[in-house]
Amino acid sequence: MNLNVIVHAGISTGTILLIAAIGEILTERAGIKNLGVEGMMLLGAMAGFKIAHETGNVWLGLLGAIFAGGILSLLHGLVTISFQADQTVSGLSLTFLGTGLALVMGEGLTGLTTPVVPNYTVPILSQIPYLGEVLFTNHNLLTYFGYLLIPISWFFIFKTKPGLHIRAVGEKPAAADTLGVSVYRIRYLYTFIGGCFAGLAGAAISIAISPGWYSHLTTSGQGWIAIALVIFAQWNPTRAALGGYLFGMLRRLLLDLQGPAMLLGGRNPFFYNHNLVFFLQMMPYALTVLALLWGSSGARRKRLGAPAALGEPYVRGERGL
Amino acid sequence: MGLRLEFQKRTEDHPKWLPAATSIGAVLLAFVISGFILKSVGADPLYIYSYFWTASFGSWGSISDVVVKATPLLLIGLGSALSFKMRLWNIGGEGQFYMGAFFASMVVLLPMVNLQTTPKIVVLGLMMVMGMVGGALFGFIPGVLRAKYNINEVITTLMLNYIAVYWNNYWIFGKYSDAGFQMTKMFPKVAWLPRLADYAKQYKFFSGITLHAGVIFGLITAVIVWIILNKSRWGYKITLIGDNPKAARYAGLDITKNIILVFMFSGALAGLAGMAEVSGVVHRLQERISTSYGFSGVIVAWLAKLNPVAVIIVSILFGALIVAGREIQPSGVSFLIQGITLFLVISSDVLLKYTLRIERTGKHSKSIEPEAALTEEAK
Repeated sequence: MNLNVIVHAGISTGTILLIAAIGEILTERAGIKNLGVEGMMLLGAMAGFKIAHETGNVWLGLLGAIFAGGILSLLHGLVTISFQADQTVSGLSLTFLGTGLALVMGEGLTGLTTPVVPNYTVPILSQIPYLGEVLFTNHNLLTYFGYLLIPISWFFIFKTKPGLHIRAVGEKPAAADTLGVSVYRIRYLYTFIGGCFAGLAGAAISIAISPGWYSHLTTSGQGWIAIALVIFAQWNPTRAALGGYLFGMLRRLLLDLQGPAMLLGGRNPFFYNHNLVFFLQMMPYALTVLALLWGSSGARRKRLGAPAALGEPYVRGERGL
Repeated sequence: MGLRLEFQKRTEDHPKWLPAATSIGAVLLAFVISGFILKSVGADPLYIYSYFWTASFGSWGSISDVVVKATPLLLIGLGSALSFKMRLWNIGGEGQFYMGAFFASMVVLLPMVNLQTTPKIVVLGLMMVMGMVGGALFGFIPGVLRAKYNINEVITTLMLNYIAVYWNNYWIFGKYSDAGFQMTKMFPKVAWLPRLADYAKQYKFFSGITLHAGVIFGLITAVIVWIILNKSRWGYKITLIGDNPKAARYAGLDITKNIILVFMFSGALAGLAGMAEVSGVVHRLQERISTSYGFSGVIVAWLAKLNPVAVIIVSILFGALIVAGREIQPSGVSFLIQGITLFLVISSDVLLKYTLRIERTGKHSKSIEPEAALTEEAK
C-alpha cells in the first residue's frame, strides 16, 4: 500500500464520476432530474468500445459515446419536458432501456481489445515535488480533461449569462419565461448535454481509464453513485470533483487493503479470511448512503438545497411554483 | 409537412378503458420496436418471439415455470405499487428480496428450531415471518432516511441492493458454504414449500410441475393490497399523502410515520418473495437467486397502473419474459423489452391527461382518437 499510488489511482477513477456528476449537475440545475445516468453511461461505454474496436479509432469511439448518451437523454427530455411525465419513473426506465440496449448491441464484445485514449505526462508540471507525481504524471488524457472541466463548468454555471439562464429555469421557470428565456429549449439542451457527459463518462471507463467491456459490470452502479455525488456536492461542480476524487481514492484503498499479509503492525484480517472482502466491497455503497446523510444535514444547516423547480414539469400558463 | 401536434388538457375524466388500452398498446408497441432493434443487430425477431411463446406457454410445465417466476414479481410488484401510490420510489425490491431470503434461511441454517421435531407448518410459518422481517428491515432503513432526513430514497434503496448481495455472499461463500461452493447445503424437506410435483403419486398429471405454494401468498397479498388501497382508512391516507402532501399535513396526518410504515410493508412483501424463492424453488440459499426481480417488479407495478389486480396479470406476462429470456441470445433482450415498455407506458400517460390533436397548419384541423394517438406519438 502506497499513498501516492492510492491518490494517483483515485484521481484517475474519480474522473469517471466527476464527468458524469458535472453532466448531471447541468441537467438538474435546469430543473430536470435524470436518474438514467447509469443507463446512459453503460450505453456510452458500449458504443465507445464498439466503435473504437470496429474503426480502430479511439476518438471516433469517444464521439460515438457522447452521441449515444445524448440521444438517449433526449428520450427523457421528450417524456418529461413535453409529456410532463414523472421524472423519477422516466429516469428509471431510461436506465432499463440503456442497459438493455447496451447488452443487446454489446453482445460478443467481451474479451475484444480496442485502441484506448493514451496516457500523458505533462512536461514541466510533473516536476513539481509530490503534486507533479500524483497529478500530472502518466494520467489518462481524460483525467486532464477533468481538471479543465471543473473550473470551466463552475465559471459557466455561476458567472456567465447562459449559466444564469440555467439557474433561473431551474429555480423559477415561470419568471424566466416571462423574461423571454425559453424554458423548454434550455431544459432540452441541458438534458442533452447531461446525457453527452454521461456517455463520455461511460467511454472513460471502457476505452480510457479501465478499458474493457464487461457487460453490465462495466459501470457497476457508478451512475447511481454519480447522482448521489450531485446531491452530496449540493449541485456545485467543485464539490462534485472533490467528492469524486475522494471516492476514487477510497475504492483504491479498499482494493489495496486486500493485498498485504500484515496491516498496521498486525495480521491483516482481509488477507487471512478472504470472505471479509465482501464487506470491503460493500463499503462504496454504504459510504454513499452515509455521504448523503452527511451532505443533507450540511445542506439543511446552510439552507442550501436542490434547485427549487427540480422535478417539476413546467407548463406555460399554468400556475406552478 | 405543415402538421402540428397539440395537446389539450382533458376537461372531463378519461374513459375508463383508456388506462388498460394504453398499457396493452405499450406492450405491443414495445415488442414491435424491440423487433426493429433486434433486426438491426442482426438477430431474427420473429424467431426470438416465437421462441418466447413456446418457451413460456408451450406446455403445462413451462406455464408452471412462468407462474413460479411470476410469484416474486407479483409480491414485489404489489409492494412497489403501494409505495408508488405514496410517491415513494422504493427501488430496493432486489435487496429486500435478498434479505428476506437470508433471514428465512437463518431459520434452517442456525437453526432456530429443531428441524427434526418441529411440525412443517411451524417451520414454514417462522420462515415466512423471518423473510418479512428481513425485507422490512431493508425497507425501514431507506424509510427512516427519507422520512427524517429527506434523503433521496431511489439512491439509498439502490445502494442497499448492492449491500444485500454482498452480505449474502459473505455467508454463502463462508460460514454456510456447502463444501466450498457458493451455496448452502440443501434445506431439509420440512423447510420446503409444498409443490404440485409432491402430489405426483396421487395425480400423474402433476409430475414435474414445479408450481409451489408461494403463488398463493401472492394472490392473497393482491387481495390484501387491493383492500388496503381501496377500502381502508390507511389506503386513503397513503393516496392523500401521495397526491397532496401539503393537504395531508394540514389534515394532521403523520407523514413521517406513514412513510416508514409503507416502506416496511413494501419491503416485507419483497422479503416474503425471497422466502418463497429459497423455500419453494431453490431449497437453499445461493448466489443469484434473483434475476433482477426487484427491478422488474417496479415495471410490473407501473405497467399495471398500480392496480393490484392488474399486477397479477402483468407479473404473469413478465414471468414469461424472464422464463423465455433465460436462454435466448442476445442476453439483454428481456431487459430491452422491459425498458421500452416502461418508457411507452409513462409516455402514454400523457393521453390520460390530455387529448392529442393533429393540426394541419393553416387550413382545417381534426382531432384523432387516443388509440391512434398512441401509435402516432411513439413515432
